[in-house]
Amino acid sequence: MSTPPSGHTDPRIALEAAKLGLWTFLATEVLLFGALFTAYTVFRVKYPALFQSEHLKLNRSLGTLNTIVLISSSLAVALGVDAIRRGKARLLEKYYAVTVLLGAVFLCVKYIEWTEEFHHGLYPGTNIFFSLYFMMTGVHGLHVILGMGVLSYVVVLSRRGRFSGSYHTPVEIAGLYWHFVDLVWIYLLPLLYLIG
Amino acid sequence: MSHQPTGARRTYVTVYIALVLLTVCTVLVSYVNLGMMNVVVALLIASVKASLVALIFMNLKSEDRLVWGFALVPIAFLALIMLGTLVDTVLR
Repeated sequence: MSTPPSGHTDPRIALEAAKLGLWTFLATEVLLFGALFTAYTVFRVKYPALFQSEHLKLNRSLGTLNTIVLISSSLAVALGVDAIRRGKARLLEKYYAVTVLLGAVFLCVKYIEWTEEFHHGLYPGTNIFFSLYFMMTGVHGLHVILGMGVLSYVVVLSRRGRFSGSYHTPVEIAGLYWHFVDLVWIYLLPLLYLIG
Repeated sequence: MSHQPTGARRTYVTVYIALVLLTVCTVLVSYVNLGMMNVVVALLIASVKASLVALIFMNLKSEDRLVWGFALVPIAFLALIMLGTLVDTVLR
């Protein structure tokens, strides 16, 4: 019983290690989306006129609305993490449930947009702008779905009384992941909707 | 119980308001024709927003140098990938 605490058992170091692990994962995510952003940049430089005319076909109001929705969801996550740091598990569950709900709103709006675009004959194969648009928003959408799953699981664990003011590592790292999903969208809004 | 200063929540809400205002700002500017400057302004505003999310919401401002390294090095690699690809496609 006298084993000294290692990086995996000492709760304080374990949180730092887990956060670093999540940042490492985010580094790979930057490069995943980075490949798409690079493709976007190359084709935008090659076909500026096409990007200019095609981006006007997107629904700018819905894109903006979705940005507000995601930013709001990020605030809910930040407040949820703050709640559990103060030991308030019920409050954390409420904030994370709101985040999952806002994620669902985001996906619904995205569904409406895609339906609208398909209706106007705009498909991933229409041209390079729409190929990139569907690919980038699609990959981002998958991240939203995954994030909703992870946050829901955190809520379930919290209901079982797993987290407290002194231990809440999964809450923190799930929150980091969600903020990253928000961060990617912050760049997608101007690149796809505003400046094409 | 409090591990965080009580000002944390107020900071989060302030950052949220700033993010919403910057979003409104970038959308409004996109309706004004500034030529090439539209791209610059849009990316600048996006980067301010991204920095706020990373520094405050993701708490990067209180992390140690190792975490900063893991946050910044991939961005440097991305810049390298973009630069290399662009040089290849533009000058070929």
